[in-house]
Formats: sequence, structure tokens, C-alpha cells
Amino acid sequence: MDLYQELILEHSKRPHHAGLRDPFDAEVHHINPTCGDEVTLRVDVSGTGAEAVVTDVSYEAQGCSISVASASVLAEEVIGHRVDEALETFEAMRAMLTSRGQVAGDETVIGDGVAFAGVSKYPARVKCALLGWTAFTDALARAGVDISSTSSTSPQGVSS
Amino acid sequence: MVDVLPFTDGELAAIRGDFPILTRTVRDGRPLVYLDSGATSHKPRPVLDAERAFYEQHNAAVHRGAHQLAEEATDDFEAARATVASFIGAPADEVVFTKNATEALNLVAYAFSNAAPTDDPKDERFVRGAGDEILVTEMEHHANLVPWQELARRTGATLRWVPVDTDGALDLSGLDELLTERTKVFAFTHVSNVLGTVNPVADLAARAHAVGALVVVDACQSVPHLAVDVATLGADFIAFSGHKMYGPMGVGVLWGRGELLEVMPPFLTGGSMIELVTMERSTYAPAPQKFEAGVPNAAQAVGLAAAVRWIEGLGIDRIHAHEAALVDLLQRGLSERPWVRVVGPAVGTPRGGAVAFVVDGVHAHDVGQVLDDAGVAVRVGHHCAWPLHRALGATATTRASFAVHNTVAEVEALLAALDRVPVVFGLDTEREAS
Repeated sequence: MDLYQELILEHSKRPHHAGLRDPFDAEVHHINPTCGDEVTLRVDVSGTGAEAVVTDVSYEAQGCSISVASASVLAEEVIGHRVDEALETFEAMRAMLTSRGQVAGDETVIGDGVAFAGVSKYPARVKCALLGWTAFTDALARAGVDISSTSSTSPQGVSS
Repeated sequence: MVDVLPFTDGELAAIRGDFPILTRTVRDGRPLVYLDSGATSHKPRPVLDAERAFYEQHNAAVHRGAHQLAEEATDDFEAARATVASFIGAPADEVVFTKNATEALNLVAYAFSNAAPTDDPKDERFVRGAGDEILVTEMEHHANLVPWQELARRTGATLRWVPVDTDGALDLSGLDELLTERTKVFAFTHVSNVLGTVNPVADLAARAHAVGALVVVDACQSVPHLAVDVATLGADFIAFSGHKMYGPMGVGVLWGRGELLEVMPPFLTGGSMIELVTMERSTYAPAPQKFEAGVPNAAQAVGLAAAVRWIEGLGIDRIHAHEAALVDLLQRGLSERPWVRVVGPAVGTPRGGAVAFVVDGVHAHDVGQVLDDAGVAVRVGHHCAWPLHRALGATATTRASFAVHNTVAEVEALLAALDRVPVVFGLDTEREAS
């Protein structure tokens, strides 16, 4: 099966930038009601407007390999980047994940995120892969960042 | 190995032959190994045929109109009620058709609070307000928890619950403190949809009745799998779903004692459930019509009756014996794998048709995905029992649940697929062996 790429398994076993750190501008807690996956995520942003930079993303993720690895790749891909770049990465990840296998993903934009291309063929798992990313954009908004460039809808998961 | 299975290979082949869906393949041509009947069961052909025949030959809005089709549809619907009632040992007029078991449980909870503002002394048994208590358990499916939380919120009553012990049984050591003259209703499941634990309904009901509490039992995981007779069960209400017992989706059942249904106010109101309507007020039809507002799900009820006849043709006791043998086989297989932890009662303890387990170090979602890759369909997550999973210390579990069409080979297929999990995720399977 092409779901569990080596990169995903590595990130899930040894998630990068894991743990909650200070300082931070906003903290959010997101859950996946389907399976009870949870992520607590903090963002620290410096600067404003076009110069705003994601100085840190720290998190505690409890969940499946896909959701944990996704949070790890998220932190890897956005820390130290400008907010507008981070949001572009988010959009590219989401476009790939919701493409039902039609979009391969551009490594120059999403880095290790390309390992998640196979997830898009498993609709029940897309929400796992997006959990950290939706938490991240929510945290940015709570930190006062304008995220209106992103479409705010996330795929509907099944709850029970 | 299983020594004695109640069905011969030929009988089992015939049973499987009744399910068109079992001939399909999944995930690149693999045979479907369906071990998720606890979520919803597949439908045998006689059920599909009965639903289709209703629409093709008798379709009409029941309890309305004087034309022949309306008569036939009404007769079919009421005959379905009698069939389902007989299956659980109840008079026909004590069976209410609902959309599903969740609606059946909500019906009771809403009827209670609808009774609360009245001064009718007959309603004193129902939850009325502050000072009253509602008792549930920590092992409930959300369908038998959230409606009671909401009833407490609407009325000001207090919700209390019986905890679960480490073996996945109810911890009844504090029941005397929890079940008091303040308790108006004790709602609990007959068989846990996660643990498979079979609760002692008659004992619990007797203790509830001793303090004047009404007893509501979630029978979703018992009625399809073991003989349930409401005359001896001890409950005042039971709820179960059609789609988990080989019947169609869209039909559930509430059974209630006639005397209670008679004095309970309605939940949903509108057409069909009235006796007399003026512009100012209305009076209501007797139960069960009082609880069936609007054009009912007659085709689904007819399908459910066909499911009951199909079950009766095999024999519920033989179905139970067959599933119990498979559950035992699976539990034994899992116990040979030290990296797997089964939640719920130990091997040999009577349990329902579900086995939930944890692979330490691998999330249930990932376990389920590896099984799915082999064509084995199981449920992963918290199975609509989130508080139970918190009590078990598990975010999520993987659950295999059985139906009469499952086979020994399918249990073996599950175990073989499960053995790929440590390989895919690099688990040290010797780690916990001792």
C-alpha cells in the first residue's frame, strides 16, 4: 500500500519540533471526532503584514501515524518562513490531500509533504492529515494574522 | 480450533449466498471480509426482496385512505409490527417504529421532559426537574448518553453514572449510593458495543425498580445476537436498530411497557398520531400511533420483519452459538500475540459479538488501514463511546464484530492481516513477550 511512505513512518515515530514551547501568540486544541485524535498547537509570529514570520510552531499530537507525521512535516515546513509562504504551503497541501489522487504535490512548495500524496486516495484519512494544518491556520487567525487568503472550509469528516 | 460450529459448511455457504454484497471484492480484487456488523449488518436477499415487493405491489401511505393499496400497505405495516413484537416477546401495540435506535432513545428522553411541566400525577415517574437524578453508565454508546445529558439540561435534573472497572464490567460497588429514591431513570446497555460485556439486566432492573426508577435498555447489540424476551428481561423500555439485525437502514424500534406508553406524552407531533384536532388543541391516538407522527417507514418496517423471519429461520440461539465460537477463536488468536491487548471481558466470559483491541504503539486508525488493505473491514476509533475509551486509557480501539455469515477462515484472515501491522510499523513484537 502506498499510504505508509517511509517518510511518514519516520516523522510519526520521531516527530520534529514536538512538545509545547514558549513564547507563543496563540494556542489551539483541535480534535478529529471520528477517532479521537487530538492536537494542541502553539504558534509564535513576529512582525506584521507582509513581513510577518512564523518563528515557532510547537505541538502535542496524539493520534494516528498520519496525523502525527503531518504535524511534524507542518512544523518542518513553516517554522522560519513568512506567514504568506506558510499559507501557500497549507493551500498546496490541502489541494493535494483533497484531490482523490489527482494531484501529486510539488516538493518545492510542500517539501516532505509530498509523502502524503497517497493519503488523498483514502478519504477517511484526509482529515487525519489535515488536522494539524487546520489547527495551524486557526492558531494564526487567533494570533491576529489575516488568513483570508485561504478558503476556510475543511473537508467534512464523519463523526460518530 | 473451534470444535463445534452450529452450522454445517453447507448451511454456512447457503447463509452467505443470501448476501449479494459478500460476492464483491475490495481494494484491488480482494475478497471482502466484513467484520463490522456491529456498526451495520449486511442485508440478506429476502430483506431486499420484501422492501422491493412493498414498493412494487402495495406502496401507499399507511393508516390513511380507503383504497385497496392503502389497506394492503397498512396491513403489511401492522403485520411487520406484530412480527417484530413477537420476536422480543411483546404485544404488538407495545412496539413503536422509529427512524433508528437513537431516535427511540430520544423519544423516551423527550417524552419525559414533555411530561415535566404538567401536573398530572400519573407523570410522577418521569424526570421532572431539579432534585431528580438520571443514572447511566460509563460504557454507553453516545446514543444512550447524550439524550440523557440533554434531558438533565432541559429539566435541571442531575446526571450520574456507574463507572467501568478494569475488566470492562460495570463497577457496581457504589450502586447503592448512585441508585436512590431520587433516581427517576436508569439507562444502560444490554451488551457493550465496544467491550462485548453482557450486563446483568434483570438484577440491575430489580434494583432500579426497588427505588422506583424506570429502566431503559439499549438493546442494539443484543437483539441481533442473542435471544431477548422483554417479558423476562426486566426493562421498562428497550431500543434497538433494524439495520444492525439484517434489516434496512431507516427503521429502529422502541419497546415500552403498555402502561408507560399510555401515559407518556408524544415526542414528535403531527399527522397520524392524533385523535382529534381543533385550531386550539389536539388529543392523541393511543400508543403506538401516538409516537409515530407522519407517514411512517413502512417499507423499512416490512424489510425488518423479513429480517426477523430470516433470523428465526436460522434460530437466534444457533446464531449466538456461531458468533460466540468465532469471538472465542478470535480472542484466543489475539491472546497469542503479546503485542495485542484485548479490552473487555477475558476469554471464556460470556460476551456479545464484538472484540475490541489495542496494538500498543500503533493507532487504531493505522491498524484498520492495514487490515483494510487485506480486504478486512473493521471499525476503528472510539465507536461512539468516547467516555468509555477515556476510562480504558485508549484514544481509540480496533473492533471486529460478527454476524452469522462470518467464518473461521475470516477470523484467520483477520489474524494474518493483523500480523502485517508490526512489520509495517516496525514494532518489536518480542518486546512484551515473557
